Amino acid sequence: MTGPAEDRTPAGVQRPVRLYVPPPTLGGRLWHWRYLILRRVSQLGVLLLFYGTAHWGWTALGEPLLSGNLSAAKLAGSVPLADPYATLQMLLTWHIPATEVLLGAAIVLVFYTLVGGRVWCAWVCPVNMVTDLAGWLQGRLGSGNVLHLSRNLRYSILALALILSPIAGMAAFEWVSPISMLHRELIFGVGMGLIAVAGVFLFDLLVLKHGWCGHLCPLGAFYALLGRAAQVRVALDRDTCTRCGECIRVCPEPQVLNLIEAFQRGFVRSGECTNCARCIPICPEDSLAFTLRLKVKKTQTEPVH
Amino acid sequence: MTAVPPRRAALIRLAQGAALIASGGMVWVYVLRNQARATPFALRPPGAQPETAFNALCIKCGLCVNACPYDSLRLATAWEPKPIGTPYYVPRQTPCYMCEDIPCMRVCPTGALSPSLKDIRDARMGLAAIDIENCLSWNGMRCEICYLSCPVKGKAITVEQRPGMQGIHARLVPVVHSSHCTGCGVCEKRCPTQEAAIKVVQADLVKGEMGAHYRMQGREAVTPVETPPAPRRAGGGIPGQDALNMGVSP
Repeated sequence: MTGPAEDRTPAGVQRPVRLYVPPPTLGGRLWHWRYLILRRVSQLGVLLLFYGTAHWGWTALGEPLLSGNLSAAKLAGSVPLADPYATLQMLLTWHIPATEVLLGAAIVLVFYTLVGGRVWCAWVCPVNMVTDLAGWLQGRLGSGNVLHLSRNLRYSILALALILSPIAGMAAFEWVSPISMLHRELIFGVGMGLIAVAGVFLFDLLVLKHGWCGHLCPLGAFYALLGRAAQVRVALDRDTCTRCGECIRVCPEPQVLNLIEAFQRGFVRSGECTNCARCIPICPEDSLAFTLRLKVKKTQTEPVH
Repeated sequence: MTAVPPRRAALIRLAQGAALIASGGMVWVYVLRNQARATPFALRPPGAQPETAFNALCIKCGLCVNACPYDSLRLATAWEPKPIGTPYYVPRQTPCYMCEDIPCMRVCPTGALSPSLKDIRDARMGLAAIDIENCLSWNGMRCEICYLSCPVKGKAITVEQRPGMQGIHARLVPVVHSSHCTGCGVCEKRCPTQEAAIKVVQADLVKGEMGAHYRMQGREAVTPVETPPAPRRAGGGIPGQDALNMGVSP
């Protein structure tokens, strides 16, 4: 297998490797932060919809707009939504739930399978704001990791929660999830659950960079498994990429930017990619963009010689 | 030191992994069961399934909390002495006002609040218990506020007359009947004493069980119990006669 990039580059032309230069104007910077801003709007917006429904009586079609929380919810009084991982744990306790939660889990499952499993992590999950802050501060501090953990540990925790649910007779992760604690207490009243979130923050800041989201969180692992079939993916333009590595530098899950695989397929395939789009604006060559997987297959994937 | 054979090394790694998972799992299950043990201190919304099923099914979404028109329900936060994230109400602050259409139960997506509850009067959220040392009525005053405020009026709480002893006038005292008490807690909310003298708790914390072998005359149909034959003494005497009644004529 030879490098397809060299094949496409006109012979004798060595493309110079440029690095990311922050735009000088505020407008330019805001444009570069567009996905970050959109993600925060999305994360806070979801939180606001839940909060507004619970406390200010927001309605749609005469029914509560978005009642509940991220564990289970009801949209406009008619569309059930449920955390599929929590529902799976519940089923494993061998207590038969009502069909509504199963339908809600199915709807969420289909949605995230289409838009990219870990879109949940980067665009909805409230803990992401906490861990992003920790990651940013960690970069500023320049502190090293105290601990080394495998990024596959989350899959072991995912499986362990499924094993323990029937043993304890309770949804094992859902009962101790700092994600649920944070979201629940932000909407239904603040308590000591925020201490657990502070623990996640300190762990990410001082013990292991991207420790929670990138190594431990079984819910993220669950969505990563879904994301393997995801449609919305980050595409790589093989003709313009110079392999400068800026995208890998900012990526919270750098293992997903396997450039050899990305060059072969034309897009980032790993389900661990959260579609956070940090890499898209930072690319000096504008080689990265969101795309649909089907589209990539039609236009870009050619046999690799 | 000799090198560990690869097969043995693989087995050791397998055992290490298993030990890690088992010890982590034990701590995890301990934490979970510890949460579940706090259950007796939470009064659940109407229709709540028995403890084990409720803990398994409640997804902690708070839909019941949003549905409650009186804001009686809340979700337990971490470190409260109640299972984390599960719904409960505190009667002294806001009791359950027993909506006819049971909105909290109807929105429950998992069935932790079972839709098999059709009539709110059949709900058994808890049971009112009276502290007769501090109850005004039991101390001879005319209060009876619990009786008057009870939504299942005249059934869950009745007022009974206790005849006076020497020098004490007769008292009219409230008595709770578990056959009708839903545990809504309106009585506890309305009780005028500084600390409520009537409190709602989970029924099994205060309720006894007499046992089927006690037969209350006049209260229920008496099923005849076969009397075993009196033991016959080894010496061949009269059946049932022993050292205590020997030689005494009836």
